[in-house]
Amino acid sequence: MAVRAQFENSNEVGVFSCLTNAYAIVAVGASENFYSVFESELQDVIPICHATIAGTRIVGRLIVGNRKGLLVPTTTTDQELQHLRNTLPSEVKIQRIEERLSALGNVICCNDHVAIVHPDLERETEEIIADVLGVEVFRQTVADNVLTGSYMALSNQGGIVHPKTSIRDQDELSSLLQVPLVAGSVNRGSPVVGAGMVVNDWLAITGLDTTATELSVVESVFRLGEMAPGGAGAGVNKDSIVESFY
Amino acid sequence: MSMDLDDPVYFKQQEQVAATILCCNCGAAIDGTLSAGALCSDCIRLTVDVAGGVQREAVIHCCRDCERWLQPPNSWVVAALESKELLAICLRKLRGLNKVRIIDASFIWTEPHSKRLRLKITIQTEAFQGTIIQQQFEVEYVIANQQCSGCQKSFTHHTWGASIQIRQKVPHKRTFMYLEQLILKHNAHKDTVNIKEVSEGLDFYFAKRNEAERMLSFLEGCIPCKTTKSHELVSMDIHTSKSVYKHSWSVSIVPICKDDLVALPIKLARSLSDISPLAICHRVGTSINILDPCTLRTTDVPTAVYWRQPFPALADITELKEFIVLDIESTGISNGRFLLSEATVARASDLGSNDTTYFTRTHLGGILHVGDSVLGYHLTGTQFNNDQYDEIENSHQYGSTIPDVVLIKKHYVRSKKSKARPWRLKRMAREHEEEATAAVVNVPTNKRQEQEQARMEQDYEMFLRDVEEDQELRQTLDLYKNRQYQARPDQMEEDDDVDEDHAVPKINMDELLDDFDDLNMEDN
Repeated sequence: MAVRAQFENSNEVGVFSCLTNAYAIVAVGASENFYSVFESELQDVIPICHATIAGTRIVGRLIVGNRKGLLVPTTTTDQELQHLRNTLPSEVKIQRIEERLSALGNVICCNDHVAIVHPDLERETEEIIADVLGVEVFRQTVADNVLTGSYMALSNQGGIVHPKTSIRDQDELSSLLQVPLVAGSVNRGSPVVGAGMVVNDWLAITGLDTTATELSVVESVFRLGEMAPGGAGAGVNKDSIVESFY
Repeated sequence: MSMDLDDPVYFKQQEQVAATILCCNCGAAIDGTLSAGALCSDCIRLTVDVAGGVQREAVIHCCRDCERWLQPPNSWVVAALESKELLAICLRKLRGLNKVRIIDASFIWTEPHSKRLRLKITIQTEAFQGTIIQQQFEVEYVIANQQCSGCQKSFTHHTWGASIQIRQKVPHKRTFMYLEQLILKHNAHKDTVNIKEVSEGLDFYFAKRNEAERMLSFLEGCIPCKTTKSHELVSMDIHTSKSVYKHSWSVSIVPICKDDLVALPIKLARSLSDISPLAICHRVGTSINILDPCTLRTTDVPTAVYWRQPFPALADITELKEFIVLDIESTGISNGRFLLSEATVARASDLGSNDTTYFTRTHLGGILHVGDSVLGYHLTGTQFNNDQYDEIENSHQYGSTIPDVVLIKKHYVRSKKSKARPWRLKRMAREHEEEATAAVVNVPTNKRQEQEQARMEQDYEMFLRDVEEDQELRQTLDLYKNRQYQARPDQMEEDDDVDEDHAVPKINMDELLDDFDDLNMEDN
């Protein structure tokens, strides 16, 4: 399922939130509208955490995580870290890492198995990513952009990359990730797909400006349609879904 | 049809344009590596307006009188319609055009009376990262009338800064007609604010002193004249010690014209290479050229010398009488184009009534034949009220040399019916001091004006004849082809005086200029 949302008049929902298969982290905003979008979709499924990182709201760009773990930058305060530990499920490992490139969400893009990272990331960081997130790490660029986290949105079902990515680059990345990739845009032609949307295996939230075409691309590549394998209707009887409409 | 199987088969290595993304607007499959903002080219064309910040309508000011264009803030520029100068003014007028790159701009033709200018502009600008978008659009300009400062001055009284008043105290206007042609040829009047015609001359008005001085030096270079300068203080600022003056020059032209009979003061005649004091003026340049028709001696009276001892013309061209040549015999003495001959003539009006004949020497031997009609001054029986003439009559040396008749020029009989000529002269637009409105609409309102106009026409006709007969004079002027003129051979044959008409000197068509002002589309 794909939904459109807006954080205080900004379409860049990936900047203000982080969504994984095990938890969601949402920035503290002036109003609860953005949070309530997450709440309506994820309540009673996964925990949703109100958080700030280093006192800022741009949590989506500063942290990176998957089902197994969460990495926070060195600027995160102890209080914030403690709040995260209290809110998130206990099996999620949380690690604060010393990394010069502190906007981890911009330089790392991962699902539950693989991570594509900025080529200049430190060796130790790479090891920590592999340990904490339990992923295979590849240093790669997306359409000649080093900020893999900004220009790529990834789930276990598929991924969407910068619209200018060539077919050859897409094939290369897709062979590393072992998931289908497609080039695309969000928010009416914005190429920063990583910052413009958040996605997990059954839900994608994009900016409010996203067009129907873009949303259909997102739904198809992440297999979020009702009947798609792994979608909301996958294990459910068809009759019951029809019933739920009434 | 034969098929050559051995022919090599070429496969074109075509770069396949693979569609990688869907257009975010319409969903069309496009190549993402080449597209701008994930939009297909159609959607870009539909949705992106790079020329949105540029005005599509503007007002451009034009002075109706001088047809100059306002270039903000306050300069007025001459530019023809659809010229590149006008294009520059138009483009400068558009706000927002400085933020984009202009690739092309051209005029779309509009009817001049529509008071609209249409411009087609092509611009380029960067719309998305690394994507340059080119767009073409049209801008419409409304031409608004605004009087330029120069025209404002010319239509307001007392705004001139300098004036030149040219006067010649003679009863006809031929000199001014000649001067008008000279001014037109050299375009000396282009700085004038106003030109006024007054009873014995012309007034030229200028905005600035130096423009008047330029005109003055032109006048001094082409006519014999004397100038007197005066100026009037208009205002003075004692703090900056700046003062504004009105300058005026009075230019008096020597009142002696071509073909006038002059009686020089004897003392002056002696000093001028001892020429006979009774002579004719055969040409006026920057000095007066005098010819003694009895000896063919010529001399110059420089302007400065004339004004030291001015003398009036003894008789002018209006007093010419017609004579018939009865006999003519060359003496063999010649000077330039003049050939001294001895002629026996009779008054044309005397023919049939009496047999009075006059013997005279003339400089026109080269062109006169027996039976020709000739114009000359009849001295016997004419009472001149002139001191110099009396002096000559009373002197021992010259008293007996006064001829009975002085022949001036050959007379050509012209048919009165057709005054049309295959050539024409340009006229200068000027204002009459009085009866200005009447002159404009060309309707004489009272008898005096009627006479005035008739006299003007007569003077002009006489000037045109002069131009026709005198090649030397013609060379200094610009003659134009008369487009309205067409020869009517059938009518010519019916005329009785065809032969005489043929004798009238004709101007070769090669000498004439085409008038570009008259070239219109409808002539095709």
